[in-house]
Amino acid sequence: MFYRETGQFKTSYAADQQIFPIRQDRIGIGILLFVAFVVIPLTAGNYWFNAILIPFLIFALAALGLNILTGYAGQLSLGSAAFMAVGAYAAYNFQVRIEGMPVLLSFVLAGLTAAGVGILFGLPSLRIKGFYLAVATLAAQFFIVWCLTKFPYLSNNSSSGVISVPGVEILGFRFDSPQSRYLLVLTIVALLALAAKNMVRSTTGRAWMAVRDMDVAAEVIGIRLMRTKLLAFAVSSFYCGVAGALYAFCYLGSVEPDGFSLDLSFKILFMIIVGGVGSILGSFLGAAFILLVPIFLDIALPWFSELLHLPFDGATVSHIQLMVFGALIMFFLIVEPHGLARLWQIGKEKLRLWPFPH
Amino acid sequence: MIKRFKQLTLATSLAVACFAAALPAAQAAEEQFFMIPSYRVGPYGANGQSFYGGFIDYLTYVNMKGGIDGVQIAWEECETEYNNAKGVECYERLKSKAQKAPGPIHTMSTGISYALADKATADHLPLAMMGYGLTMAVDGSVFPWLFPLVTTYQMQASAIVKFLKDKSGGSLEGKKIVYLYHDSAYGKEPILALQAESRLNKFTLIEIPVAHPGNEQGAQWQRIRQEKPDYVILWGWGVMNMTALNTAQKMGFPREKMVGGWWSGSEEDVIPAGDAAKGYTSATWNVAGKDVPLIADIEKTVYGAGKGNLKDTSKLGTILYNRGVSAAVLSVEAIRTAQAKFGKGKAMGPEQVRWGLEHLNLTEARLKELGATGLLPEVKTSCSNHEGSGKVKMQQWDGKKWVPLTDWIEGNKALIHPLFQADAQKYAKEKGITPRDCSKE
Repeated sequence: MFYRETGQFKTSYAADQQIFPIRQDRIGIGILLFVAFVVIPLTAGNYWFNAILIPFLIFALAALGLNILTGYAGQLSLGSAAFMAVGAYAAYNFQVRIEGMPVLLSFVLAGLTAAGVGILFGLPSLRIKGFYLAVATLAAQFFIVWCLTKFPYLSNNSSSGVISVPGVEILGFRFDSPQSRYLLVLTIVALLALAAKNMVRSTTGRAWMAVRDMDVAAEVIGIRLMRTKLLAFAVSSFYCGVAGALYAFCYLGSVEPDGFSLDLSFKILFMIIVGGVGSILGSFLGAAFILLVPIFLDIALPWFSELLHLPFDGATVSHIQLMVFGALIMFFLIVEPHGLARLWQIGKEKLRLWPFPH
Repeated sequence: MIKRFKQLTLATSLAVACFAAALPAAQAAEEQFFMIPSYRVGPYGANGQSFYGGFIDYLTYVNMKGGIDGVQIAWEECETEYNNAKGVECYERLKSKAQKAPGPIHTMSTGISYALADKATADHLPLAMMGYGLTMAVDGSVFPWLFPLVTTYQMQASAIVKFLKDKSGGSLEGKKIVYLYHDSAYGKEPILALQAESRLNKFTLIEIPVAHPGNEQGAQWQRIRQEKPDYVILWGWGVMNMTALNTAQKMGFPREKMVGGWWSGSEEDVIPAGDAAKGYTSATWNVAGKDVPLIADIEKTVYGAGKGNLKDTSKLGTILYNRGVSAAVLSVEAIRTAQAKFGKGKAMGPEQVRWGLEHLNLTEARLKELGATGLLPEVKTSCSNHEGSGKVKMQQWDGKKWVPLTDWIEGNKALIHPLFQADAQKYAKEKGITPRDCSKE
């Protein structure tokens, strides 16, 4: 009932090819954007901005980057955190070393630097595939973190190797309040997500998917493998790099190389696996799941154990939280191996027929 | 069946979203609220359990003795897993509760302290970093809300050099010292101080990094064997410490010539190394053992009443447990100092607690009153000196327990403090902060 597109006639190619061909979807996304851009900044508290919304958006962007590489182009990567680190440190260096550098330009340059490094570490993908490629990107993970620790120049000779980023200022406006930083991050993420959605619908995206599904066949029909694969690495690393810059500038304010460890790479990989490999929406859903469920459990479990008078102390609750979280991930993967995005799609199909199933 | 599961999960997710929206809680009156971003699970969980066990036990102890001049202490823990992002989330979650009458925040993590430094300053909440964290915050003119209390890595390194100097008959000239460190912010911080010391005392300094986590140090010790140093300063964390001790034993390097920092000198570091740890020396800013009257009294009062925080009571009196108690003692004393100025028996606001931390004067006499003689050094802070002591003690592991070797040794303040100030000035310039004028405080 909700998704019945009866009476929506498409009379032009443009109408047929738009991102959201169904009117209900267009209304839905309109409402979502309205809530995100207007309602939330007016109503949410600092805790929501600083601890939930900003990290959610940033990780969604990183997951989006990895999804382009792994989900669309089929190249498994374990180096996302390292590319984030490149972005964070590059943005910091551009900002600190060049007087009067606009911060948005630093973000773009940070993304481009990460893209360059990504291409470099993407080179092995021309020869090796699958798990072997994952190992090659693992090298990126360790090498970049080592590099950032090893060369003091990269952290502006900070005695501890930790960088503390300067404030964000655009056209004289200082992004000090959590609201303003949220809006900045939201705008960047929304624009990049739109770009990603369009990219995967274009020739580039189709080439990626052809390579993912069978690279020999793709080559036979005239897709240049090297260009396609390296482009996927570049675009993916660009997204991760911008996410890293935002992570440093708009979220933590100070970062150290160790913060971008393999754990973080795995976390981003889990986001796309749980959210949906090869889906833009999935990147957002996955980021929300991986970030928010532990926080929710952290708050709900002590309350729950108090309610039932269970003899759990703080440490036990923390252990239970990890166990429940792990179990939930397995549950979701068994019930829906294609991720939360697929669940959403199934839900949509159901709503289309509801309440008359036939 | 599966279909129903799917519906169920969808419904649960919705419920989760709704529930999470209705979370914020209220704050009770006339009590001092401590937010405790602790860690009890994860790779460093064992260390966190001892430290925060001691911290909370002391708060319970103070409450049982009638609070801070009648003001009861409330607290809430939040698990950070030693992870910066989770630390920030905990901070943001508990912030609103703490804003009225906060206690100093102890994160026991350099990374989390760095991540919170700007936030705490902006939100006006005092952040304590006892023996870790942003060490340049010693310069309180740039960092009014940050307190690297008692002592810092740099001062400790300097004190260790002083100890070695005394050990080798008053001069280190021509000696060779290896600095074996955890290759992270934590291990890098003392390097500048050690380099300054090596220029001053004319010894050769050899820096050897160990990559995290440090459970393989063959190459590093091979190098140490070639260099034949007179001493090795060990700056490890977690598993790296016991590996260093074991490898030293294997390579035949005498443990008596190894000196560790305070994160390399707890029971958790030496007991797993077994025999290899015997004779090893480390620095510490608080002593171990239960013979300190305060620790014995906590065991009697708090654990006697069944209100103890630790399930494993064998941890009572360990280095880290006593360090947690010391941290709590300083926090409570800061609030007392504030009460003495702003009104006894009242809960202190953030600015008042900050004032208290900045005017701490924990004398030997006061320590005796608290039953904490010898537990920690005297601490006297001011606007230009947020560290307040800079003293450490040397202790040696005899195979069963830590035996104090020396009295409190102070690092070379005249050499080290200007380094902090230079760093702080650079930081202020980068961030556009105008330092306070400490002569007017």
